[in-house]
Amino acid sequence: MTLHKLTIHAAQDLLKNKKISSVELTRAVLDRIHAVEPSVDAYISITEDLAMDRAAAADQAIRENNVRPLTGIPMAIKDLIATKGVKTTCASKILENFIPPYDATVMVKLNAAGSVMTGKVNMDEFAMGSSTENSGIKITKNPWDRSRVPGGSSGGSAAAVAADMCLGSLGSDTGGSIRQPAAHCGVVGVKPTYGRVSRFGLVAFASSLDQIGPLAKDVTDAAILLQVIAGYDPKDSTSIDTPVPDFRAALTGNVKGLKIGIPEQYHTSDGVSQDVLAAVGNAMDFYKKAGAELVDVSLPHSRYAVAAYYLIAPAEASSNLARYDGVKYGARDASAASLMDMYKETRSSGFGAEVQRRILLGTYALSAGYYDAYYKKASQIRTLIKQDFARAFEACDVILAPVTPTPAFKIGENIDDPLTMYLSDIFTLSANLAGIPGLSVPCGFSADGLPVGLQLMGNYFDETAILNAAYAFEQGTEFHKKRPDL
Amino acid sequence: MKLTKEEVLHVATLARLNIDASRIDTFADQLGNILEYVETLDQIDTREVAPTFHAVDKSNAFRDDAAAAHLEREAALANAPEAEDGYFIVPKVIE
Repeated sequence: MTLHKLTIHAAQDLLKNKKISSVELTRAVLDRIHAVEPSVDAYISITEDLAMDRAAAADQAIRENNVRPLTGIPMAIKDLIATKGVKTTCASKILENFIPPYDATVMVKLNAAGSVMTGKVNMDEFAMGSSTENSGIKITKNPWDRSRVPGGSSGGSAAAVAADMCLGSLGSDTGGSIRQPAAHCGVVGVKPTYGRVSRFGLVAFASSLDQIGPLAKDVTDAAILLQVIAGYDPKDSTSIDTPVPDFRAALTGNVKGLKIGIPEQYHTSDGVSQDVLAAVGNAMDFYKKAGAELVDVSLPHSRYAVAAYYLIAPAEASSNLARYDGVKYGARDASAASLMDMYKETRSSGFGAEVQRRILLGTYALSAGYYDAYYKKASQIRTLIKQDFARAFEACDVILAPVTPTPAFKIGENIDDPLTMYLSDIFTLSANLAGIPGLSVPCGFSADGLPVGLQLMGNYFDETAILNAAYAFEQGTEFHKKRPDL
Repeated sequence: MKLTKEEVLHVATLARLNIDASRIDTFADQLGNILEYVETLDQIDTREVAPTFHAVDKSNAFRDDAAAAHLEREAALANAPEAEDGYFIVPKVIE
């Protein structure tokens, strides 16, 4: 049996019935990592010894009939989620040797659920990017075509899931950073409602937009992972104290009568490839046949989302990243004679070009004389984008759209042109600005054999609606079963 | 919208960054292009629109003013580039 190929729910059954052990499963995943890591470059740290210890403990728990939701399940964690005693680099030179003294709340929850961490995975530095090319550590390749990007910023997570180098992963999504790489790598990725999952221990990029979520091999796995990490946390003052439904139980596969909103702006956009339009169009046909009702909705301000986002997110980032000053943690340029020089030299040598670009942009947008014209203006547009969604959800239950304008692009193709790279986020940014949940589920392949993702967005705290709609699609199609040849 | 070299250097100082002389023009061009693009926002009259700073409305989150477990000083200092006697060490501040 090729254990590394298992889904979480399949592995759960085998573990519980003692058909396999977590030590066997974890060993198989680690062997797989060692076999394909040289060609995929998904991992920053492989925590082999820790994983084998945790796997042995999981097997002991199973023998004692103490089976928890993720007992013995190997997981890869995006390297901006704090893991106590395990390096958390944010794929940045400035945090290259940072070892968190505490666990993020999601890690406390994963550990309590019995999961086995196999390591920390690659990303764009501080989650700033759409291709994982901005990593200060390595460039992750798309397992479907290694000359192409896996998407980003959670590109290591998506590639690791697609290449069976873990059973599931946690990423973070500030403007599409879970959904876009999930689409490019042919896996399921969920950005929960803002406030659904605690951000405590998530290294902050843009605090009003960031949200942790799962990347998984299928919708059932995504629901299982979301269940474990969701919930109010007093340590995150922006997490919301609202009941967490049983996400897996909501997966009925029945979409009869479901009202699916089709925003005209997302289906007539220029620059969307035929491959994407065709695959998303097929998904619409599927839902119609399954008894859902497609309704036209309008999101008139969505065309301003990229501009608003690329003011708000850099503004918040410039403030959040002020903490990397060479004093409390992280790298320091020790050659500087004065405190000011130490700050400047440390930050200039520690941050990569894209991070510096966004810090400059955000600092500019917040600086005296420009605040009203840029940051405040963008925040007002954000209100209009929120209102668009509120109106749309009066007429529909979920919104259907592409995730990306094109399938995965070539490594190096957009790296010198930041604005073009930013425009590739056009379909995903609005959900972050509004705070609503969204997911990507595989919906087809391009002529070149590259995966295409379908985006479903839901109303606040209604992850069950999008998960079930995605589940229905998955049940009726085979796309999620296809895996890259590696 | 074009940014001048001086503007880039001014913002860099505010952001505590040193921009290498060879990269100032590239940064000025790239930031200028982005700022030009965001000018599309001016097409919308927002005079009557309240800004949104948080995705989900929530008022202040208070907790009881009670002592709880916190990081030990040693753990808090463990990642410091330089620490001594329980303090972070920085280059001389006063000339």
